[in-house]
Amino acid sequence: MQVEKFYYDNKTVKWFAYATVIWGIVGMLVGLWVAIQFYAPATTLNYAGTTFGRLRPIHTNAIIFAFVGNCMFAGIYYSLQRLCKARMFSDLLSKIHFWGWQLIIVAAALTLFFGFTTGKEYAELEWPIDIAITLVWVVFGINMFGTILKRRESHLYVAIWFYIATWVTVAMLHIVNSFEMPVSLFKSYSWYAGVQDALVQWWYGHNAVAFFLTTPILGLMYYFMPKAANRPVYSYRLSIIHFWALIFIYIWAGPHHLLYTALPDWAQSLGTVFSIMLILPSWGGMLNGLFTLRGAWDKVREEPVLKFFVVAVTCYGMSTFEGPMMSLKNVNAISHFTDWTIAHVHIGGLGWNGFIAFGMLYFIIPKMFDTPLYSKKLATNHFWLGTIGIILYAIPLYWAGFTQASMWRQFTDEGQIKFQFLETVTHILPMYITRSIGGTLYLIGAVMMGYNLYKTAAKGKFIANEAAEAAPLPAVATAHGKEYWHRWIERRPVQMLVLSLIVVAIGGILELVPTFLVKTNVPTITAVKPYTPLELQGRDIYVREGCYTCHSQMVRPFRDEVARYGEYSKAGEFIYDHPFQWGSKRTGPDLARLGGKYPDSWHYNHMMEPALMSPGSIMPRYAWLLDNNIDTASTAAKIRAMQKLGVPYPDGYDQQANKELMTQANGIRINLKMDKIQTPANKEIVALIAYLQRLGKDIKAENKSTTAMK
Amino acid sequence: MSVIVLLLIASISVAALFLAAFIWSVKKGQFDDDYAPPLRMLFDDKPADDTNTSL
Repeated sequence: MQVEKFYYDNKTVKWFAYATVIWGIVGMLVGLWVAIQFYAPATTLNYAGTTFGRLRPIHTNAIIFAFVGNCMFAGIYYSLQRLCKARMFSDLLSKIHFWGWQLIIVAAALTLFFGFTTGKEYAELEWPIDIAITLVWVVFGINMFGTILKRRESHLYVAIWFYIATWVTVAMLHIVNSFEMPVSLFKSYSWYAGVQDALVQWWYGHNAVAFFLTTPILGLMYYFMPKAANRPVYSYRLSIIHFWALIFIYIWAGPHHLLYTALPDWAQSLGTVFSIMLILPSWGGMLNGLFTLRGAWDKVREEPVLKFFVVAVTCYGMSTFEGPMMSLKNVNAISHFTDWTIAHVHIGGLGWNGFIAFGMLYFIIPKMFDTPLYSKKLATNHFWLGTIGIILYAIPLYWAGFTQASMWRQFTDEGQIKFQFLETVTHILPMYITRSIGGTLYLIGAVMMGYNLYKTAAKGKFIANEAAEAAPLPAVATAHGKEYWHRWIERRPVQMLVLSLIVVAIGGILELVPTFLVKTNVPTITAVKPYTPLELQGRDIYVREGCYTCHSQMVRPFRDEVARYGEYSKAGEFIYDHPFQWGSKRTGPDLARLGGKYPDSWHYNHMMEPALMSPGSIMPRYAWLLDNNIDTASTAAKIRAMQKLGVPYPDGYDQQANKELMTQANGIRINLKMDKIQTPANKEIVALIAYLQRLGKDIKAENKSTTAMK
Repeated sequence: MSVIVLLLIASISVAALFLAAFIWSVKKGQFDDDYAPPLRMLFDDKPADDTNTSL
């Protein structure tokens, strides 16, 4: 057979690799900044864009979609070409993919900075960016499947399977979770409400971890680890079992993020069962990675790339054991809402994702520049700094999480809650300081890598198009004597078409289903009423400022939580919550039963200067809410959007909404005036107070009426 | 909780897609040989005359 000569495209790989380094450092820098804000609230600069509530989504989005995203693309573009023995399908699509993705990242950072957010964790980006992500993802898909179709190697190496699963599943997750009703260019409401929104969100959130932070990285592991060690993977059969078992189990584990919440119990148990099952494929994969180095551990001593991979795979093993354990209800009762979760995700983020990324970059940059790494010693130092950084990051946070959870639960001999919430926070501040030291070390390591890679690139000569040769696949396979239908499909773009048809079909079903979902939004608790226009505006401010990143709105049915916050939360309370705001971390206390607890003036002063009302508070100041005017121009559109989502405002209510808004705002203004606070009624603080005073009121009202009936 | 229907449809569709892919790959003989592929990926076939271009 005639051997064909062709060239691998290294240019796109190089771009993605550079983007990985740059966005990685940016994302870590933002992470360090928010970590410092925990013990030095002044570092919020008293500016809206730089408070924790807005920087935290920037940090998570930058790390997940910019750092790990670009790393994934660099690795896929590098390995897929070599595994398929073919150049990427289209240089133009590669270019669109790269620049499109970077544009999305910039747009994401800017919109989050200015407070445009959907308020759903890891899916905060507003609808125009969601659409852009979908388009770029399709471009990536065409490019990847195109390459697979024109491959010169008939066997699909296991890494490619991981890449395919990543593409398919992320596409579905993103589409389903991003259903939202636009109000304006950068404002929308989640299509789903309350419990349903929570379920969709964590089905997405969990699988984003699974199919954006795990499967593609496993693909990279199965390619780069054998390459760097120059020996085949320990058991190829195990790697195949790892893949198929993982993807069939992973997708069902999402509800474990909602244990003890208002989610129905059976759904919670389902999540737990699948989470426990996940230990098997995950650990199979981890051991497969580690055993690949059997008899080659001497190489690990010399080679920083392998050092990074070993720790990365170990961290993968640790977090995939810890995750299922945290899905057990009794463990989750302790870990949930505390820093334990933060420690857990950073073992995955810093250890697994970060170290695979670093190892991969140290491997591919010298290869593409046809030169040895500038300094192995510097890379080894990076490795040690990073490893110590992870330890200094994680251990204090485990300690903090466990300590805080224990303090929350303590009662005095008289049966009173022993610690004020704030005491449990100030108690763990030393751990927050240590955590930020760990983060600093990790960041310094990443900067050292940037320098090392820059010097490597500077001394080498970049091979933009790397020559390779391989024989083409036989035109017609005659293995079994007759032609099977799938042989016809698999060599054509038709396969692509079928795939996209299925995706479109899913999309179509999804478009129909929400319309009947709306009908199920019948109130199950009669006392629960839609938000007033002022409360709705206040709620949007709550979402904009990212209050949910520190405050939950979900009282779990535990003795201490009921004693501290009030009646435990019920599914029927949230039917008008687009989006739900249950939160996942309590840096501040739960707010589900806040309404009526304090006078309006308390909230006013608290927002102006939190430490004034609760000395020692680490909450940032929100002084701009006192000056900004409520965006009353948007009220009508917001009411109409809510009506379309099934919230039962009367017909034509959008036209009178602003009048009611001003009436309610005036009431709050008069309340404040009685406490000697002068403010016009049209300030954002008034709307926020209205919302905060509403929280949990419906349930309190119902309890009163049922007691009265008895 | 009717949203669970939606999630089931989406999840099962994808699972079915993967199942089809699995059956296809087994029938295609993708997994018949678990010895050569992990070795083969270690070799990058460089052409005899090294003609990389740095455009």
